[in-house]
This record gives sequence, C-alpha cells and structure tokens, in this order.
Amino acid sequence: MLDDKDRIFTNLYGMHDRSLAGARARGHWDGTGDLIKQGRDVIVEKVKASGLRGRGGAGFPTGLKWSFMPKESDGRPAYLVVNADESEPGTCKDREIMRHDPHTLIEGCLIASFAMGAHACYIYIRGEYIRERETLQAAIDECYDAGLVGKNAAKSGWDFDLYLHHGAGAYICGEETALLESLEGRKGMPRLKPPFPAGVGLYGCPTTVNNVESIAVVPTILRRGADWFSSFGRPNNAGTKIFGISGHVNHPCVVEEEMSISLRELLDRHCGGVRGGWDNIKAVIPGGSSVPCLPGTLCDDAIMDFDWLREQRSGLGTAAVIVMDQSTDIIKAIWRLSKFYKHESCGQCTPCREGTGWMMRVMDRLVKGDAEPEEIDMLLDVTKQVEGHTICALGDAAAWPIQGLIRHFRDEIEDRIKAKRTGRMSAVAAE
Amino acid sequence: MLRRLHPEQPDSFAFTPANQAWAEAQMTKYPEGRQASAVIPLLWRAQEQEGWVTKPAIEAIAGMLCLASIRVLEVASFYFMFQLRPVGSVAHVQVCGTTSCMICGAEDLIAVCKDKIAPGAHELSADGKFSWEEVECLGACANAPMAQIGKDYYEDLTAESFAEILDGFARGEVPTPGSRKGRSASEPAGGLTSLTGFVGGHQANASVELAQLWGDTALRIQGDEQPGGAIRKPAAKPKASAKPKKKAPPAAEPAQDGVRPTTLEAARDGVADDLKRIKGVGPKLEKLLNSLGFYHFDQIATWTEAEIAWVDQNLEGFKGRVSRDNWVEQARALSGE
Repeated sequence: MLDDKDRIFTNLYGMHDRSLAGARARGHWDGTGDLIKQGRDVIVEKVKASGLRGRGGAGFPTGLKWSFMPKESDGRPAYLVVNADESEPGTCKDREIMRHDPHTLIEGCLIASFAMGAHACYIYIRGEYIRERETLQAAIDECYDAGLVGKNAAKSGWDFDLYLHHGAGAYICGEETALLESLEGRKGMPRLKPPFPAGVGLYGCPTTVNNVESIAVVPTILRRGADWFSSFGRPNNAGTKIFGISGHVNHPCVVEEEMSISLRELLDRHCGGVRGGWDNIKAVIPGGSSVPCLPGTLCDDAIMDFDWLREQRSGLGTAAVIVMDQSTDIIKAIWRLSKFYKHESCGQCTPCREGTGWMMRVMDRLVKGDAEPEEIDMLLDVTKQVEGHTICALGDAAAWPIQGLIRHFRDEIEDRIKAKRTGRMSAVAAE
Repeated sequence: MLRRLHPEQPDSFAFTPANQAWAEAQMTKYPEGRQASAVIPLLWRAQEQEGWVTKPAIEAIAGMLCLASIRVLEVASFYFMFQLRPVGSVAHVQVCGTTSCMICGAEDLIAVCKDKIAPGAHELSADGKFSWEEVECLGACANAPMAQIGKDYYEDLTAESFAEILDGFARGEVPTPGSRKGRSASEPAGGLTSLTGFVGGHQANASVELAQLWGDTALRIQGDEQPGGAIRKPAAKPKASAKPKKKAPPAAEPAQDGVRPTTLEAARDGVADDLKRIKGVGPKLEKLLNSLGFYHFDQIATWTEAEIAWVDQNLEGFKGRVSRDNWVEQARALSGE
C-alpha cells in the first residue's frame, strides 16, 4: 500500500489548507524556477524515464508526446492545452485535483509549457464544474499575484500565461481535437488526424493536449526523481494513480494508490469492501464507461494497470472503477451506457451517429427480453461495424461495453429472452 | 433529442453592464482575431443572466464576436448545457442518470422530480418555479447519486433527502450543497484510509464553501454579486480583466519596487490623451492612470525599466499590465502620431 509520504495529491479531500501557502507547506512550488532551468530536454527526458503514461484514458507515454512538439518555432506560437473536460462516466478524479489541490496542476502547467516551448496554456474545464472553475481561477489569480505565473514565472526566466476556459456539457469535447474545435468557438466535432495537434493544433499552431492528472504529477516527478515514480507499479505501468471507485461498494471514494494494485486490495482497503461481501460481486467496469466490463470470476486476480487489463480485453482507461453486485441488472447498466453514447455522439460520422442509436434500441429490447436470440449476434456484428470506422474513438467506446457484455454475460441475455417467451424464469435467472 | 429555438422569444437581449464588462474581459483571453473562442463563456453568461438562451441573446453575442448568427446558433444547439427554452424561475434541476448514479438509485430521484415538479423533463412545474431533466454523467460518481441545481452539486442523495432539498427551494431557501451522507468530499464515508495527516482547517469541501460564501446557487447572475468581506472574489466573475487580481481592500502602502516616474498634477493644457487607445487600457485603467498622474502618451513612452516596475506594482487590481501589454512601445507609437 502507498504511504502518505509517497502520495502526490496530499490534499485530495481538501481538508488541509487549500491556498498557495498551504500548497507550499505540502512541498509544491518548491524550487520550480530551478527545475525549469534544467532545460527542456532534461525535463522531457526525465518524464520519459519516469514511465508516466497519460492519465486521460489512452495511456500514451507523456514524455514521448511532449517530444513531438517542434524544437524550433517556425514563427507560430506553441500551446499547451489541459484537458479538464472530465466526463467519462465513472470518472471523478480531476475534479478533486482542481478544487482541492489546484497548485499541483498550475505548477505542472508551467513546467510542461516550458518543456514544449509554450508561453500560453489553456485549461479546458467541463462546463458543469462551475465551483471547480471558480476555485481553480482563484488559485491561478493567487499564482499571478505571487509571480509564479506571468512574466518571468517563478523566476525561471520563462514568460507564461495561464487561461481557464470552459465547455458546456459535451462529452465529445474530451476528445483532443474536438476539444480544440470547441476552444476555438465551434461545435465539438473531432478533426481528422493527421495532421496531429503537435503539428497543427489550437489556432493552427503546435499544440499538446494532456489530461489534468498527467500534468499535475509532473512537478513531483521532477522533484523526487524519475526512479521514485517508476518504483511504483509493474514495469511499463509506472507510478501512482488516482482511482475513483463508485457503485456497489460500502464506501465509494476517490483515492490515490500505486499502479498495479490488485482490485481486491483497492476495494477492501479503501472502500470497505464490496456491498454484501466479496463474493457478491457480479461485474466491474475497471476504467470508465468506455472499457468492457470484467465478470466477477476475473475480479479475484484483477490487477489494476494498463497491461493486465488489456490482456483481459478491457482497459485501465481513467481508472474509474464501477462496481456492480449481484443485485444489478447488468444488461440495463450497459444499456444506460449505450444511451449515454447515443446522447453524446456528435453526429459527424455516420457509423457512430446511426450506430449508437441502433445499438441502444437493440439493447433496449435485450433489457426487456423482447428480442430474438439471433439479435445478440446481430448486435455484436453491428458493434464491429461501428468500431474502427469513425474519426474519433467514441464509436469504439460505444461498441466496447456491449462487446464486453455479450462476451461475459451472454447466457444472462439469452435467459431473459427465453423467460420472456415462455413466461417463466429459467434456473439461472431465478437465482 | 431535437434542439430548436423556442417558438416564443423575447424582443431583445442585453447584458447587464457588469456582465458586459465581464464578457469583454473574457474576449481578451484569446489571441487577437480569435475572439470567437469566447462564444461558449458568453452564451453561458447570457444563460446565467436570463435563465435560458434566447434568440436575441444569440444574435447579440454573434454581434459582439463578429460572427454570423448561425455560427453561434449551432454552438448553442450543440452543447447540452444551453437551455433553449424557458426553465423554472427558481431552479432547473439536473439529475445525473448515467450508470454509476443509476445503479445507486438515480431512478428514485427522477421519480421524485416527476412527482414534485412535472411528469416530463423540460416541462415547467404548475407554478412555473421548477423544471427538471435527466443529464449524462456529471463527474461526481464517487458521490452517487447526485443532482446539480443551479451552480451546485447535491451529492449522496436518497429520495427522501432529495425531496427535502426540493422542498427547501420551494420555500425560498437555498439548501446547503454537498454530501447528504455527512462526507466532506469524496473520501470514504467509513473514515479516512489515507491522508490522515492532512486534515484540519476545512469543514466543507471547496465547492460547498464557495456556495455558502456567495449564496448564488440558483441566482440569475447580474455580474455584481459581491458579498462583502476580505475574501478573494471568485474569478468566474472578473470585472475588468481576464485575469483580474482581486484583493478586497487596496493595500495600504504602495509597493516600493522600482522608481516612481515623473508625474503631472493635471493634463497639460487641460487636455489629456485618450489613453484607452493603448491596447489593454479600458476606462477603469485610464482613470487609475490619471489618478497616479499620467495623462499623456509621451509620459508613458519615456518610462525606464525601473519606472515600469513601479507602475506595474502600483496599478491596484491590474498589476503587471504595463509590461504584459507592452504599453511603452504602444505609447511611443501613439505619441509619434
């Protein structure tokens, strides 16, 4: 288990002093200017060496992403854009960073901006987080007043401006190019890639988009060393990670733990265990709505990191763990996600625009048991036609939960259809 | 869901002066020529002021941002937080219905809404005070089930506690937001399992504290909601600048950094230059500059590094603007005209 001294977000619950003075007392903004004076290559190398993988869901190595930014400016400015559009169902980690430990993020913005030659950074926060926006803006103002942001930020010799921008309730704006479109004042419809944002991003300039947590851990990594960070978790899955656990556990919570912690330890230690005991677990969605669920039988050995979950054809995603006990109607739970994706599809690509609605309507029939057994395979087939045939990953994200459901709970769907037809419950459904 | 403009629209829309100033300040956050970026914040402020987004508001904002109305309309209809029809005059209740909340009882909350407010989403209650809708994940899943009312999150709800909250609003109260399970934020309800050494100082979480400070949970925002007290005003409502430095009472002593430039008692020949022509200087800054003894471009044009530092330090509320916006160079160009 992670000790408090190895936690990066020491004010995650906001019980300690949330002001700049409090953040300094907890070790943030310590020698930031000197960190920056190491030079951008050293910073990028250290972030690469730490093994930090992006915390927004895809798990792309952060240092590598930074190194894609042009070394020499061709006259265009460079931008860092922080993706704080936290909308993935199950995910509620960045909210705690922004309202309770905002200085980790602001300091990270300064260092990351320097490391990619950006003098300006925009934080794009989701529109619903209104108080979080007010808190974060107050913290930014505090940093301007203290000279930590602005001209010669934190006496580093680097001029840096930090702006807070907000959205208005579109999940799709969490996709990096849709976010840039939205930030430019348009509908949040993803752009075709290439060109990638590192070449042509915000306002046509080189841009890197990073998740809040990815940026906020950087200052601590630089201060304590890449080795310290990579000492947590299995190889290729380094570091500490904020987990958000919701659903049927006794005490849902957000907590920072080391990567590769076992699911059981995570739930037992921090969440008071699964409601009704460990054996009452039916399924777990381990990484936010977009990843396929794990059935209870796989949960015993589950390890919470990118690679293990990938091997189980699921994913760590944003590490938003949704726990469902035996009382859950799993078909309905996944149907609700289909409804979510139908609601949030931006409508740009036909397979997604039409497919999400189609999948939701078939899921609707499966929930009621009104379908023909062949429709299960037909649904599976449609998810394959949506997956990989859209500009962004929303089509994939809509398909995967259904694929996971059919993979692991096919008999439950079939039983329901049978029960509806014969008018009696089968042995399994009656359990 | 079809999102169309409401058939009945008001005749006109105008930001209140304070909201107008706020909106203009927002536009300065983006590079020159990229003011369209401000469309979402401006639409949102219009909704905060009026309760919903009206066609005149869309047109007014299009005018401010030099955009075709259709560009603003498509943004307003794309983003779900923009209400395109009138909402309850007291509160619009948004219940999160996505999976985490659903399996924790969000459907019970929706039943409460149907019972207490109106049978259908987006319908006004009989007294016109409330409306409700089911929204997608609001990002407070560890505190499920939850609902957003106005600016605030009400978390860890049950049908009973939720009904109580709605009753409170109906009585004209503003119930305290946050957890109904007695939690501060998203820590485990059974007691801290980490960060036990980092407690003290705060009873409520940051969101709840702000809600209590401003009391503007369900208010229509006029832009001048500023309860007294020496606490920093949240910058969601900056007054004159994009990144305002808000200190409640002005510092008693001017900062001692730098050298005070030569000043004038009054404008030469009684006619001051229009300092607002300097990019970044508005009416308020102009007044401030005049009060410090600066009336002419040629005064500003001759400031040395040390003098710039002094002025930067003494622009109460606008510290650092001289160097940030490069006034001296601008003034040189303007005084040469």
